[in-house]
Amino acid sequence: MKFKQSLSLLAAAAFSVSAMAWEPSGRVECIAPADPGGGWDFTCRSVGNVLEELGMVTGSVQTTNMAGAGGGVAFAHTISKRNSDDKLLVAASTATTTRLAQQQFPGMNAGMVKWVGALGADYGIIAVSQDSDYENLNDLMDAVKADPRSVKFAGGSANGGWDHLKVLIAAKAAGAGSLPSIPYLSYNNGGEAMTQVIGGHVDAFTGDISEATGFIDSGDLRVLAVLAEDRLPGKFSEIPTAREQGIDALGPNWRGFYMPADADDEAKEYWVNAIDELYASDEWKAVMTRNGLIPFHPPADEFEAFVTQQVADIETLSREIGLLR
Amino acid sequence: METLQFLMEGFAVALTPTNLMLALCGAFLGTLIGALPGLGPANGVAILIPLAFTLGLPPESAMILLTSVYAGAMYGGRISSILLNIPGDEPAMMTCLDGYPMAKNGKAAEALAVSAIASFIGGLIGTLGLILLAPVLARFALTFGPAEYFALFVLAFATLGGITGKNPMKTVVAATLGIMISTVGIDISTGTQRYTFGVLELYEGIDFILAIVGLFAISELLLFIEERAGKGRALIQVGKLKLSMKDIYSILPTTFRGGILGFVAGVLPGAGASLGSFISYTLEKKVLGKKGRFGEGDMRGVAAPEAGNNGASSGALVPMLTLGVPGSGTTAVLLAMLISLNITPGPLMFTQNADIVWGVIAALLIGNLLLLVLNIPMIGVFVKVLSVPPMYLLPMVTMIAFVGIYSISHSTFDLYFMVAFGVAGYILRKLEMPLVPIILGMLLGPEMEKNLGHAMIISDGDWGILWGTPLAVGLWLVAGLGLILPYLIGPILRHRMRNAIKEDAVSD
Repeated sequence: MKFKQSLSLLAAAAFSVSAMAWEPSGRVECIAPADPGGGWDFTCRSVGNVLEELGMVTGSVQTTNMAGAGGGVAFAHTISKRNSDDKLLVAASTATTTRLAQQQFPGMNAGMVKWVGALGADYGIIAVSQDSDYENLNDLMDAVKADPRSVKFAGGSANGGWDHLKVLIAAKAAGAGSLPSIPYLSYNNGGEAMTQVIGGHVDAFTGDISEATGFIDSGDLRVLAVLAEDRLPGKFSEIPTAREQGIDALGPNWRGFYMPADADDEAKEYWVNAIDELYASDEWKAVMTRNGLIPFHPPADEFEAFVTQQVADIETLSREIGLLR
Repeated sequence: METLQFLMEGFAVALTPTNLMLALCGAFLGTLIGALPGLGPANGVAILIPLAFTLGLPPESAMILLTSVYAGAMYGGRISSILLNIPGDEPAMMTCLDGYPMAKNGKAAEALAVSAIASFIGGLIGTLGLILLAPVLARFALTFGPAEYFALFVLAFATLGGITGKNPMKTVVAATLGIMISTVGIDISTGTQRYTFGVLELYEGIDFILAIVGLFAISELLLFIEERAGKGRALIQVGKLKLSMKDIYSILPTTFRGGILGFVAGVLPGAGASLGSFISYTLEKKVLGKKGRFGEGDMRGVAAPEAGNNGASSGALVPMLTLGVPGSGTTAVLLAMLISLNITPGPLMFTQNADIVWGVIAALLIGNLLLLVLNIPMIGVFVKVLSVPPMYLLPMVTMIAFVGIYSISHSTFDLYFMVAFGVAGYILRKLEMPLVPIILGMLLGPEMEKNLGHAMIISDGDWGILWGTPLAVGLWLVAGLGLILPYLIGPILRHRMRNAIKEDAVSD
């Protein structure tokens, strides 16, 4: 009897130790809700590598690709099948919040998962061809205000997607009316949209700074504004922000994670802190510079609120343009 | 000169040990697939797509593997034409005419060697043409706006039946089916879901790789099970090779003409390799007139179509790489692969994915050389493979298909879906419905719809924009011709082809 008792004591002791500081043991899974090669896949793989490098996980971090419905399949999978998994992270970005806001994951909403944190961002830009008459964002927005149909935008997302929304965010901040009548042409990706702008078929390009780097370097594309709070670091520091031109528009495409809502509270805390620690590390900074990610990291306790706010903003915008009823 | 530099960089990509191995494997497998009657190049490439995913290859390696398979299949088609009088694939049809008589006269080895040399030269001419023409066309592609693209896609659909197509109505039905399948999923110009019925897996549309593998590979297996063609074919004796330099010289002019003609035929959308080999053969017959003994086993009658179809196979890559409009069925399958690797064909590809484009082109050059080497000394191996019962080959194909598709998305839903496409493909083949137009419909339908929508947004709803530029008008004219010509010329051409084959049968 005594032996058994001491055993259970031992177990209780072990339990209380683990309760003090939960740490993942064994394999950690990171779901990239898309095929290999995209942004979400990158988020999972590079974070997994750095976590292993820093010794923050004892086992390995395995990336699973679960494509479908722009992340909807993975979102549904997390909620319905893995809702109390302590060792599961799912890559997310502004694309995820956009789809949640536009109710494209049927019957699901942002409150059904725990938002862990963001580790960098890619910022939105509005650009024109080198030989365009528009010299700055105000020129362009004045034209939009005078006649909403006069400036045609091209971007790499679907109608109502993030690239389209960035145009609307900027136009709204500039005080333009009748947002739904601003023409937006959706292409399969930013590259295709840029060729059309450079070829002179469409007036302006909306996208992220990372996809435009090639054409900015070659001089074919003139960036009118970056939708960031401050000027971007490095070679992008020449590009003015929308804010300094008097148009208060922000468009960060953040990269981060969510995890199952019913996971252990200690586990959630562990992962929130882990992302904080990872973000501060030199190893992660090296990954960011290598891949053109720009610093973006809301404080741990504010990230959940940030996501909620972004979803609400996108929902309002989507209603205004009639995408949601 | 800039081109030369890019080409050198391409060689650097293609000559890495892995990529060289893949090119060799692809060339070998491609020849094999081409040699097996019934398995054409489009099927061959479709069957090996899952292999590229199973191996987890990076994009340039995957494309090198598949283009080598493509080039190999063009070589392989001739083997069964010559030895069995059954074309291994459609473009090799014309090779039967003089190849089989040669084999019957005990000159099988010579016919195989001559056709390999002709294939090599044809392939080389085609690839050189591709190197010269593609970058020029790629820069030109910047002038294509939505209206021009729309006209181009109409042109692609109009010429789809091709001049050698059998039943235009069935082609139209098949293409329509493809376009219908492509409407499933999010409509990017309105952001709304179409035909998804709340099934999350359908939200991003139906993956064409899955459809291709199902339609081609799985249906092949089903057909096999039905036919139970378990027995191999009787082995054909190939004698010792007696080929003099004089013989090789004698086919050179024929080969050059065939290669160039084939390349031109390949560049035209929709025409493809079958037309390439047909016109090279008929032209050669005209040029040589009484001097040739065509149909009785003339070496030049073997060289001309082989140079033609290999030239055409490279030519067909030109519109595919520069404009995203495939020049033939097989390039349509390659296009699907490119898109699923997240690479957009077109002018951008030549700058942003230069390593892939030039790696593939360099691999084509290397592949041609490898194929020549493979096809002269090792021809015995391929002849033996022709007699391997398919019961050993097809289970392998099936396994690769399942593993490959699963490794793309890790979704069992996709596997069920692929099997469903396989069953559909089986039924369609029973109805003698061509499968390639389905794939083209799936690939080009959304693009056509998108560009029409964009043109309308730009012009504020004025349909005049569609024929607003000289380029667009030119494309509409060619599209019109492509639609009408098959009805005028098609029957004549087909009649001649059939007669040519009949004459041959009589002369047996």
